Amino acid sequence: MTPKSPPREPFSDWRSGSTVRRLLQAIAAEVGAINRPLRIMEVCGTHTMTLHRSGLKPLLKEAGVVMISGPGCPVCITPDFYHEAIIDLVTSRDNLVITTFGDMTRVPTRKGALQTTVPAPGSEIRIVYSPEEALQLARKNPEREVIFFGAGFETTIPAIAYTVKKAAQEQLKNFSLLAALWLIPPALEAILQSGDVAIDGFIYPGHVSVIVGEQAYRFVAENYRIPGAIAGFEPADVLLGILSVARQVKENRPTVANEYRRVVSAEGNPRALALMAEMLEPFEAEWRGLGRIKNSGLKLRSQWQDYDAVARFQMTFQPATGRDSGCRCGQVLKGLVEPMDCPLFGRACDPEHPRGPCMVSYEGACLIEYKYSSGARKK
Amino acid sequence: MKQVSLEMGSGGRLMQEFIRERLLPVFKNRYLDELHDSAFLPPGMAFTTDSYTVDPIFFPGGDIGSLSVNGTINDLVVSGARPEFMSLALIIEEGLEMATLDRILLSIKKTAARNKVTIVTGDTKVVPRGQADKIYINTAGVGRLVGRPHPEKIKPGDRIMVTGPVGEHGLAIMLTRNDFRMSSRVRSDCAPLLFLLPLWKKGALWMRDITRGGLATVLSELADRVRYPLLVEEEKIPLSRSLKGAVEILGIDPLYLACEGRALLVVREAEAQKVLSFLKKQPGARQAAIIGQVQDRIGRQGEALLQTPGGGLRLLEPLTSELLPRIC
Repeated sequence: MTPKSPPREPFSDWRSGSTVRRLLQAIAAEVGAINRPLRIMEVCGTHTMTLHRSGLKPLLKEAGVVMISGPGCPVCITPDFYHEAIIDLVTSRDNLVITTFGDMTRVPTRKGALQTTVPAPGSEIRIVYSPEEALQLARKNPEREVIFFGAGFETTIPAIAYTVKKAAQEQLKNFSLLAALWLIPPALEAILQSGDVAIDGFIYPGHVSVIVGEQAYRFVAENYRIPGAIAGFEPADVLLGILSVARQVKENRPTVANEYRRVVSAEGNPRALALMAEMLEPFEAEWRGLGRIKNSGLKLRSQWQDYDAVARFQMTFQPATGRDSGCRCGQVLKGLVEPMDCPLFGRACDPEHPRGPCMVSYEGACLIEYKYSSGARKK
Repeated sequence: MKQVSLEMGSGGRLMQEFIRERLLPVFKNRYLDELHDSAFLPPGMAFTTDSYTVDPIFFPGGDIGSLSVNGTINDLVVSGARPEFMSLALIIEEGLEMATLDRILLSIKKTAARNKVTIVTGDTKVVPRGQADKIYINTAGVGRLVGRPHPEKIKPGDRIMVTGPVGEHGLAIMLTRNDFRMSSRVRSDCAPLLFLLPLWKKGALWMRDITRGGLATVLSELADRVRYPLLVEEEKIPLSRSLKGAVEILGIDPLYLACEGRALLVVREAEAQKVLSFLKKQPGARQAAIIGQVQDRIGRQGEALLQTPGGGLRLLEPLTSELLPRIC
């Protein structure tokens, strides 16, 4: 049978103007019934991007919903001392290939950014698009040490963990991982416990949820009585999530709604979770802005120590003390201030001259705000 | 900044800064200061130059040879000139296969002949292995003016058009260069824009070929030159189906992807429909579209705005750094 209608554009249903307008009206009606504006945190930087790119933020404000950006940008929450340690290493040792994702190379630290670092002779810094690419470099260059400086949440952690497993299986002796791996649920708990930000609900990150499932956020609804919804990344996806949160607030029935059922299941991805548990163990990690959070970071288990760059190269971390560049990235990540509230934003700090990682990463709240809304007006 | 960074050549705002702050002050003169794609020289001539370092040198839809000829032709056309003569300078890395060189030369010859441009002077340098990557090409071109851009005459109601789907060259290069292990039908849009020349007498006030930095950067630079804000509608910007799929997966904004055979036009309101039907008859512009108009109600001077399908507005900023796919 031949299809009667022409093939549809990818995602067209999730972007159409009429769908978006209908959802906005429905949200406005729910918020109207609650009779006060709602403050909802979108945890994930990619959601922040959707809201800005599709021009939804002001439209939501009209509908009575204030969106607050959360900590969901791995580049942003990785503290400077990781970068500084890897900069120390690559400038002092030869024959190293440091591989990392593009945004990571531009984060400014006390020791400069990886991008402008001049490596020791024979060493280099390479941007890769996937952890697998780093592994491939190790296979092709057996005489050189390849380190993957991997930052990520649950979305990318399984793929990163898998490279170590593969390296062990293939008995690759020249591959190691500098893990900057972060878990979302403990960060949400830290935000709730601090009580600094008033939040009526969460939009949970869609991609992270593919791995962790709905169950990972139950404690938010059950222990803190805060509504939430897992959402995808198209404009209609995010609006569906917001509509669900508004309904939960109105009915006073907090839960973990799944508005991204086309890819997220209740239990997540058991194989990915098993792989993570096999390779990695949680520890009390330090986040930029949020500080130390129990069980919020993952590091390689001791039996994989040979593949842990920290152990292999005796890397040392020097957390910053008393450094104050004026950058308010930390507070932005917590939802305490908006990018515009930072005195550096658009003046001393812009995408060409970033002063903090939130202005570097494509999921950083400051870069997104600058690019899509207010940057030009500040100039 | 003590060293030149890659971003200074990416076509974005850093490059603009670099040109304005480093180059213009040194070479200042009335021809250069116009900062158009070509210089306007007496009597009635336009003169342009460009260098090509594309990697890979062969890509779906073109090669460094056809690119270097088309690029120069297009710079002249959007300046209002009919290209006539070109120079060709080759910088070749020692060890390049002769057969590869021949393929490139043939491609240059064919592209020039098809567009009635004569290559009248040239130069060849060979550098030791590793000191260049296979081959770089520099071209210059001169053409006779048939019209002139008039950004100062642009007024509210004038229509903003593109000559076809945007972003395909940038994506084709990206997919060929990076090992995404994605198969795609996306081909470079590399092509000459000669068919635009008659429009200089039919209501075109301004043209620019959409190259590095993509449609968003071209619009935002135009906004800087015009007294009124510009508004384009996202839904009206033509994008090919295969490009849409690929940019979704890679997390790339197609409005920042380069083209090599597309132009942005501003056309007088009264002539817009006629120009559109003319364009749609050209093989290189069958999917031309009116994507927006010059404003007097929405926005402020200097702003290029995009209206999203849901009715939201966002600012189009010039490209700031090299495109990177998302990491999570």
